[in-house]
Amino acid sequence: MAYSFDFSSLADYGPVLAKGVAITVELIVVGGALGVGLGIACAWAKALGPRWLRPIVSAYVELIRNTPFLIQLFFIFFGLPAIGVGLTEMQAAILAMVINLGAYACEIIRAGIEATPRGQFEAGASLAMSPIQTFRHVVLVPALQKIWPALTSQIVIVMFGSAVCSQISVEELTFAANFIQSRTFRAFESYIVATVLYLLLAVLLRQVMRGLGLFLFPRRRKTT
Amino acid sequence: MQATRRSFLSRTLAGAVVGGALAIGLTAAPAAAEALDDILKAGVIKIAVPQDFPPFGSVGTDLKPVGYDIDVANLIAKGLGVKAELVPVSSANRIPYLQTKKVDLVISSLGKNPDREKVIDFSVAYAPFFNGIFGPADVKVEKVEDIAGMTVGVTRGSVEDLELTKVAPPTADIKRYEDNNSTISAFLSGQVKVVATGNVVAAAILARNPPKKPTVKVLIKNSPCYVGLNKDEPKLLEKVNAILTAAKADGALEKISEKWLGAPLPKDL
Repeated sequence: MAYSFDFSSLADYGPVLAKGVAITVELIVVGGALGVGLGIACAWAKALGPRWLRPIVSAYVELIRNTPFLIQLFFIFFGLPAIGVGLTEMQAAILAMVINLGAYACEIIRAGIEATPRGQFEAGASLAMSPIQTFRHVVLVPALQKIWPALTSQIVIVMFGSAVCSQISVEELTFAANFIQSRTFRAFESYIVATVLYLLLAVLLRQVMRGLGLFLFPRRRKTT
Repeated sequence: MQATRRSFLSRTLAGAVVGGALAIGLTAAPAAAEALDDILKAGVIKIAVPQDFPPFGSVGTDLKPVGYDIDVANLIAKGLGVKAELVPVSSANRIPYLQTKKVDLVISSLGKNPDREKVIDFSVAYAPFFNGIFGPADVKVEKVEDIAGMTVGVTRGSVEDLELTKVAPPTADIKRYEDNNSTISAFLSGQVKVVATGNVVAAAILARNPPKKPTVKVLIKNSPCYVGLNKDEPKLLEKVNAILTAAKADGALEKISEKWLGAPLPKDL
């Protein structure tokens, strides 16, 4: 099959792609940070929180982990306005990503917490640290350190999931690729460009997470 | 070029099966190979039809596609004396389906424009279609400039998207959705104030009697529907045009229009 590539027809759409990359980055930075925050809170609630809170968090985690992201997104964007909660497409996208990542991150971080020896809690308590201090310094940081690679992968997966947000007219990278494809009919070229950009973003994101890991867990510097 | 090579190859292969002498005869024939011959030989024509665009194409209660485009697809298949194999497509992927030869024809409420004419060919028009800006009665829009500052929903890659992008004031906030269902949902859920879409889509929304009734505000473009074909297939194009012209003359197309649009064909179609 002869196919003559024509990337020149994409040249006019540089700004569309640049905007797409910027919005994808925005989604993953805001969604990733808030999602991990939610994940930590839920992991705490599930592993160490008050007994009444645990089934509520479990229900949330199971609900999100057993339904498709696209449905969650449509529910928030097209469903909620029926009860008067009208979010813009960006708000809906970020909310959906936070809720989604929160559930997965919760389970990953909880695994890290449960892998922390019981004696470590007791050691914290014996140093007269409050439960919150113990959780923050003695439990959470070593737990995050243990599961950092898994958490990194989950955030990358959520970044790829952000492609779905193009369905509710968020003008992120996949939207840009689809937009260019529907204007130029150059599907092969459009998606090659999008693929390369996603690859670069994923590599960059992993490097940022690695750097963040080195910063958060300085003791590990020797071993990594 | 691509088409020529493919059919050259298929002819060679077919010829090899039938016999060496015949193969030489076939490969020596002029390279103006035709999709029409392949279709007639196979006894099947693959036609891309919409599944999310009532009344042109939707899924019926028996889960089979029904609509104006499906009736026209069957009409053309009948005219060719072959079986129709319907391939459901979305408005964003219908031209790629044709270009990659997954289908022989696109009968998917396809409008004509110069960009598309660069990559595919069109038959004569087979259905009336116009685009406009639609909104609820209480939204005041009289000309396209009035949508400044408003959110406008539109299906990405559609003719109304291309036209609206050209004529909309820069402050109009155009939200592009993947398919018509999403555009309709965005309108009905209040995520966009007005939508740019076709007369038939608006009619379909009205048919479901929603709380928000879209009425036509501004006509953007009158753009009848054409059958889309790959380039350099003059015999197929000629045959499709002949079938459509005959159907217009004998009232078959008129019947389809009455059935699905509830209106006769316009005189100028």
